[in-house]
Amino acid sequence: MKVAITGMGIISSIGNTVEENFLALKNAQAGISTLSLFDSKHRDQIKVGEIKTDNARFEAQLKLAPTHNYSRTALLGLTAAKEAVRHAGIERMGDARTGLISATSVGGMDKTEQFYYEYLEREEHRKFIEGHHGGDATQKIAKELGITDFVTTISTACSSSANAIMLGARMIKSGQLDRVIVGGADCLSKFTINGFNTLMILSDEACQPFDENRKGLNLGEAAAFLVLESDALVKQQNKKVLAYVAGYGNANDAFHQTASSANGEGATLAMQQALKVAGLHPTAIDYINAHGTATPNNDLSESRAILNVFTTKVPPVSSTKGFTGHTLAAAAAIEAVFSILSLQQQCIFPNLNFKTAIADTGIVPVTTVMEHQMQYILSNSFGFGGNCSTLIFSKS
Amino acid sequence: MKPCYIHSAVSISAQESLDPTLFLNPVISYDQPVINAIVPSVKEFISPGAARRMATGVKMGVVAANLALRQANIDQPDAIITGTGMGCVRDSEKFVSAIIDNEEEFLTPTSFIQSTHNTVGAQIALGLGCKAYNFTYVHSAISFESCLLDAQMMFEEQEANQILVGGVDEHGAHTNRLHQLIGHLKNTVPSTADILTHPSPGAVFGEGASFFVLSDQASENALAQLVGVATYSQRTTEELPNSITRFLHAHDTDLTNVDAVVLGNNGDSNFDSIYANLQKGLFGALPQVGYKHLSGEFMTASSFGFWLATELFRSQTIPAACQLNSISPNKIKTVLLYNQYRGENHSLVLLRGK
Repeated sequence: MKVAITGMGIISSIGNTVEENFLALKNAQAGISTLSLFDSKHRDQIKVGEIKTDNARFEAQLKLAPTHNYSRTALLGLTAAKEAVRHAGIERMGDARTGLISATSVGGMDKTEQFYYEYLEREEHRKFIEGHHGGDATQKIAKELGITDFVTTISTACSSSANAIMLGARMIKSGQLDRVIVGGADCLSKFTINGFNTLMILSDEACQPFDENRKGLNLGEAAAFLVLESDALVKQQNKKVLAYVAGYGNANDAFHQTASSANGEGATLAMQQALKVAGLHPTAIDYINAHGTATPNNDLSESRAILNVFTTKVPPVSSTKGFTGHTLAAAAAIEAVFSILSLQQQCIFPNLNFKTAIADTGIVPVTTVMEHQMQYILSNSFGFGGNCSTLIFSKS
Repeated sequence: MKPCYIHSAVSISAQESLDPTLFLNPVISYDQPVINAIVPSVKEFISPGAARRMATGVKMGVVAANLALRQANIDQPDAIITGTGMGCVRDSEKFVSAIIDNEEEFLTPTSFIQSTHNTVGAQIALGLGCKAYNFTYVHSAISFESCLLDAQMMFEEQEANQILVGGVDEHGAHTNRLHQLIGHLKNTVPSTADILTHPSPGAVFGEGASFFVLSDQASENALAQLVGVATYSQRTTEELPNSITRFLHAHDTDLTNVDAVVLGNNGDSNFDSIYANLQKGLFGALPQVGYKHLSGEFMTASSFGFWLATELFRSQTIPAACQLNSISPNKIKTVLLYNQYRGENHSLVLLRGK
């Protein structure tokens, strides 16, 4: 059974709405730049997918009271979630059993690192202390949207929002909810910049997914949400369906806390599981929206996993990380939006900055905007802790 | 929903909860508002080298998870589902303070690597070589209950037969200090034994790890059946009784069939009235059980309450230290758990013994 997607919202470094993101993707305009909204010693050694709208602007757009304690993660999350709800034409949350499942890895870390010691000395910013934990942004979004029952948050590093979408689809399928808003949000922070920097996997140039000479990833920030609705609700309210969640898979690589196994076992299992849930043979997949972070480890491991699953018949592949950077817990959700746009427009968005195939695996991604007939898109997201997740979206 | 049985229950807490011969009798009282878990030796499950780098939360989680698997007599679960409200807060603190103190230089990756919220779930999987479904929920006071809901759904979908679920949270000294500054954590406590009877602003903060093996298969050794779980992001005091009644009704029962209620009172005078209203009202005729004066408050403290409930079925008595009123049960067959934190994230769990 497929689960209908009836709305979507997104904010990323290539645009503050679905429409803006689509235009940037179609015109191959990347959102990779130099960090400008906060200070970091590493500013000139890295490139980032930063959203150039500052917090004050979001606060005004969202009409927040001056006493609010939103982290940037919450600001991005609410912006995207509101667009998704508008897009789905939901008039009253209470007209169906509605839930919210979000995902984050940094949560309110931006405020914590900003006021870490200052909190001890001065009272002024202490309102943000409560906003640190992972569930805070979700709770705020739920309140704003009027969702009062099932609300939860998933944090499985860079696969987080894939798991939020998966859980949402399962809850609709099993009849626990009629409607669920699913996605994720993560803002840029010194914490993640320095963390990935110590792992020496940040590139000083625009990232080059699947390139033999890739130097590492660009960190980004983003939020995206989908509205999933049951068939009964779609029928009853005569909803327009954008696409469907057709399959999902979750497996653990159980290899290393941060590195992926050389043979991509966890990723292979996740893709196979998703195909099984969707009831599809690998040949049915028309395009793979890869995780493709452009780290040496991920892209090799993922390439091997793709070859494990698709053998000699690998469908067109691209990673859209060259547009947005790696947006951590939000990555799977924004790539879900991109996949839905691909299905709607029947076009593949390119893998930017690619020159030379990885010698070992030879996968050559799609490098220009390409029209292509597609019914099924497979999207991968993998994270620290061996968390591997795959989603399959279908046009009808 | 398909039936869901609890095959094992293991809790590491500020009490001697690992000793099967002591069911919260005697209990340990503390005279400070931050109480530490009694962490057992980890060497059976974690190499000394790895243990040195691991924060308390990871150690507690890995040990409790492995003990729960052993108690249920299984090697590999079909899924690992972990709840943690604050994640690996100690490593997060270490990395944030290092960034600030060293002005973004001379940093090492260890604390960053271990700071991700899914570290406990990942380390359990890594230790077992378990490639199965692995989720981590991080939603405040319902982090653990989200695991229960997920597990129930997996059984319903026939995706698993044995699932390891657990809740784990550890102390972060800086984080605790900050919560003291905003009044969420009490400043002083003469004795934790008295916090529920003499509430004052803020809670006593604890830490711990409780893990369970759930199964869709009945077994002679099953401790109890997990009948139902529900979570509510927001409920007013007025709405709560109705939600509870409807929850019980949805599981074909009502309060007359409930033998005891396990409540999340934490001695915070600003919020314990939420429980008090129920204690005086809806739950007035029922034996009432409290536990957060023993475990302390933390985002997954309700997993300690869940462990306590499974032990109630076995012992058929409520430990004296946990009795919130003078009503004693004739039998303990059906137990309802209710928890919330600071007026949000309410949860209901219904358990049935054999």
